[in-house]
Amino acid sequence: MLNERPVSDEPAKSDSASVVDSPREQRFESLLSSPTISIDSLRGLSWKGIPPQYRPKVWKILIGYLPNVLDRHAGTIERKHAEYREIVEQHFGPDARRDEAIMHQIAIDVPRTAPNLALFRNAIVREALARILYCWSIRRPASGYVQGINDLVTPFYDVFLSEYISAIGSPSTTVSLPENALFKVEADSFWCLSKLLDSIQDNYTFNQTGISRQISRMKDILTRTDPKLLIHLDKQEVSLLQFAFRWVNCLLMREFPLHMIIRMWDTYLSEDENGFSEFHTYVCAAFLSKWSSELQKLEFQDIILFLQNPPTDTWSLTDLEVLLSEAFVWKSLFHGSSGHFQKT
Amino acid sequence: MATGFAAGKTNYDHLIKLLLIGDSGREGERLSFITTIGIDFKIRTISLDGKRIKLQIWDTAGQERFRTITNAYYRGAMGILLVYDVTDERSFNNVRNWIRNTEQFASEGVDKILVGNKCDMAEKRALADEYGLSFLETSAKANVNVEEAFMMLARDIKKRLIDTQNVVSNKPPPTVSLESDSTIGRLRSACCWGGTCEDSSTAGSTGPAGSTVPVGSTPQSPQSTQSAH
Repeated sequence: MLNERPVSDEPAKSDSASVVDSPREQRFESLLSSPTISIDSLRGLSWKGIPPQYRPKVWKILIGYLPNVLDRHAGTIERKHAEYREIVEQHFGPDARRDEAIMHQIAIDVPRTAPNLALFRNAIVREALARILYCWSIRRPASGYVQGINDLVTPFYDVFLSEYISAIGSPSTTVSLPENALFKVEADSFWCLSKLLDSIQDNYTFNQTGISRQISRMKDILTRTDPKLLIHLDKQEVSLLQFAFRWVNCLLMREFPLHMIIRMWDTYLSEDENGFSEFHTYVCAAFLSKWSSELQKLEFQDIILFLQNPPTDTWSLTDLEVLLSEAFVWKSLFHGSSGHFQKT
Repeated sequence: MATGFAAGKTNYDHLIKLLLIGDSGREGERLSFITTIGIDFKIRTISLDGKRIKLQIWDTAGQERFRTITNAYYRGAMGILLVYDVTDERSFNNVRNWIRNTEQFASEGVDKILVGNKCDMAEKRALADEYGLSFLETSAKANVNVEEAFMMLARDIKKRLIDTQNVVSNKPPPTVSLESDSTIGRLRSACCWGGTCEDSSTAGSTGPAGSTVPVGSTPQSPQSTQSAH
């Protein structure tokens, strides 16, 4: 946000006659320009990944922030931005009284949020993240701020920022953006984070029951798909909670780089409303099973150390897509039929 | 003192399982590159009285919300380090809650040590005394880190669980020197752990934070007697 490149505070137009669109891009183009967008078609198309230029808009629609009626988009955005401005004013304005305990926790966590990416080391961006997290937390007393939620805001911020700087290049390079554009990115991130967290709220409420439930479900899945691994883990007295707690609490964001997480979220958002909970459980199970043969050779402490830092650095997007497909197959086989989980 | 581990069973004589508890925001956690979610597993290998001892450490650094998860880890622990941040009053007040948790969830007779940060107030030690805990002050004046706390706790556990077995198996009982080392160790002052100190420029530092502490050495810090009472 430092140098002097002029950038509009309006989203870059994706249809500028630049490159010839691929058939896939054309399908996105035509879907998104229809007066009433078919959510089912959009999900079907997006499951396999969303081209970057369409991603900001598609995410906003799939997560339920934007309506599927095209001519209501502008009005919704305007109203939501105004609403967020009020919320920020209320908590950060001159008369604001803040909850210092929450603010303290957020203030020490924000600098530890995606610190490997230049974008999130930027002071202006860090202030924005702190506002988003604080405003969300103070309005959700049932859970409040829980560590890990700071990670979840980064995909939104990165993707929505790309709307304004796609013409310039990677969002990690420093660019100057009008304050108003940054405010819009912040506001959109706030509302979409809220939508996401609404769908996984019991991951963060007292006792974090959503997480325990998903981990126990993960065990059910593996009982069917990889019993040998489960037996080995059991023999070594390794419980899934010991490593998978973080996988659920942070949606595997500690296990993959941000660009892969963003691709993963294309698919999660294209699942039904439970992409970030139910489908994610299948992804976690498939992810664990990836390392099955290695793990079965290891003992307790080496298993834990391995799974605390699984070697995903060599993974390509294709590897990730294979993982998502496996999770999909397992979900199709087992989901909604609890009878499959009965031990025989 | 060796850190890290090698594969195989034969690279240590004894295994000690430790649990690290306390409020988030303590120095080590705050300075880490990324937040700890729930619980983190670490391995240290130390040598104590000529024995290689592997420490398996479950570190619960992180928010209070994760306590429901971390409660499950008390049971297997042989020793518990209770760390608090003296720059944060809330953190100190919470020590009692953590102790209650320990009483509720840990095995009976578990060894415990209270680790504070840069404190000189007798009040803190009184609290440790009240609960019969070992107490390790950390101070900006000397330069010893959490390794030292691990070492002290490991000694206590070794005495309680391992050396008593040795007596049965006709091995020499724990030496007097070990005992006295341990006593002094409990009272000596040490640097804030896991990171830099606010006035780390103070003369008399024995090494950079994060350096390891020679095992069984006599405490060298001139401050040790100063803060011992």
